[in-house]
Amino acid sequence: MEKAGVFINNKWLVKDVSLEIEKGKIITLIGPNGSGKTTTAKIALGLYKNISGKVEKFTKKIAYVPQKISIDWTLPIRVFDFMNLTSDLQDQEINEALEITGAKHLLNNDLKSLSGGEFQRVLIARAVAKKPDLLVLDEPVQGVDFTGEIELYELIKKISETLKCGILLISHNLHVVMSKTDHVVCLNGHVCCSGTPISVANNKKYQELFGEDVSKILSIYEHKHDHKHGVDGSVEEN
Amino acid sequence: MFDDFFIRALFVGIGMALVTGPLGCFVVWRRLSFFGDTLAHSALLGITIAYTMEINIALSVFIISSLVALMLLKLEKTTNLPTDALLGLLAHSSLAVGLVVIGLIATIRFDLMGLLFGDILAVNVNDIIIVWFGGALILLVLKLIYKPLFASTVNYELAEAEGMKPEKVKAIFTLLLAAIIAISIKMVGLLLITGMLILPAAIARNISSNPKGMVIYSIIAGLMSVLIGLFSSLQINTPSGPSIITAGLILFVLSLIKIKGSSQLKS
Repeated sequence: MEKAGVFINNKWLVKDVSLEIEKGKIITLIGPNGSGKTTTAKIALGLYKNISGKVEKFTKKIAYVPQKISIDWTLPIRVFDFMNLTSDLQDQEINEALEITGAKHLLNNDLKSLSGGEFQRVLIARAVAKKPDLLVLDEPVQGVDFTGEIELYELIKKISETLKCGILLISHNLHVVMSKTDHVVCLNGHVCCSGTPISVANNKKYQELFGEDVSKILSIYEHKHDHKHGVDGSVEEN
Repeated sequence: MFDDFFIRALFVGIGMALVTGPLGCFVVWRRLSFFGDTLAHSALLGITIAYTMEINIALSVFIISSLVALMLLKLEKTTNLPTDALLGLLAHSSLAVGLVVIGLIATIRFDLMGLLFGDILAVNVNDIIIVWFGGALILLVLKLIYKPLFASTVNYELAEAEGMKPEKVKAIFTLLLAAIIAISIKMVGLLLITGMLILPAAIARNISSNPKGMVIYSIIAGLMSVLIGLFSSLQINTPSGPSIITAGLILFVLSLIKIKGSSQLKS
């Protein structure tokens, strides 16, 4: 996508975001709440009708793990039915996918009876089972226990290697971002900075956004910053 | 074999139940009960237009219902009114306009009770053909859009992101609803069509644990309602359409026992 943005209710949700998701690469979006991470992911998925800029898609095999999903109680739906929601999978494929996300025992459970963490595992399993070319994960491990969280990130890394698919990941876990991803885009209403994990960590803008303590994780030296952020994320020139 | 009015009624009723079963599931899942009701109300206008212009009732009702559905989609986008208010607006105004048109063409006497509650015992061979062919067509289209329609019912954005075209299937589904109302208006009347859509699906919801199962139970519940309703109306001489719905209501009450049973099992 190139210089894409969404303008709703007289306000830019995100503006001029350009990024490219390559096969076999993991791109991570980071940024504070309301910085447009989810919006950017949705633009990439084509969920907004009126956008500025343009989005080019090179594949139709897309899988999406949304940030929030609520299942209406009027729907009787088991994990098994949910796995097949947008594709026709073999039973074996379903079992394998649930197995690697540690949710195999849930196959015949009612979707509504799952806990938050279990549901996330099923969501990821469903996306993986589709064997997509592009995988978009919006906070995929929320509510998952600590050990499970690390395992699932390992899994995401493995998926990008084995399936050779491009992954767009939204994550709050900076440790993971730094160790598992190829490219980091730091958002705050616009692309604040981007590059390899180390270069972003060293970026002054990133440090400003997340605070020095957090950014110390990998930062070595400082850059001079060329702009400040207003409270709404707008850019103020120095 | 179609000589007997009761056999004809049975055929039409069974054909209807086969179609309203699966469609009704989606009406319940997508919370469209009131929407179905609105389309049914607008059917009255369709019927009066059919009489004045001397065209086929089913065709005329289908066109008017589709127009009302399109109008709703348009109003949803252009106004800030909530959908239920718009539905009420369209339902009652189209019903009123229908009655005004009836008043204007005073030359034709209408059997209003017949329009509101239908008369399944008065169907002819033509009606049977319309219900079975139209019904088969509706089921075929529903089968074709089942996957994307179901996916977008579960989660709209997820379905759209993964290329399921939810907006398109929503429009097609709306047309299918207009179509089932058009072909069944003569049989159960406009007040009872929504009942035929919702009751079997509601019964099925109480006793099923997965979507496909619910569709099948919904068809069975619809068939049972039609059979019990028609035979009992013959035995105790009650109006047929309402008898079918009442039979459905009794089945619904029975299906509640299953819920109670399974919740006790859990605790």
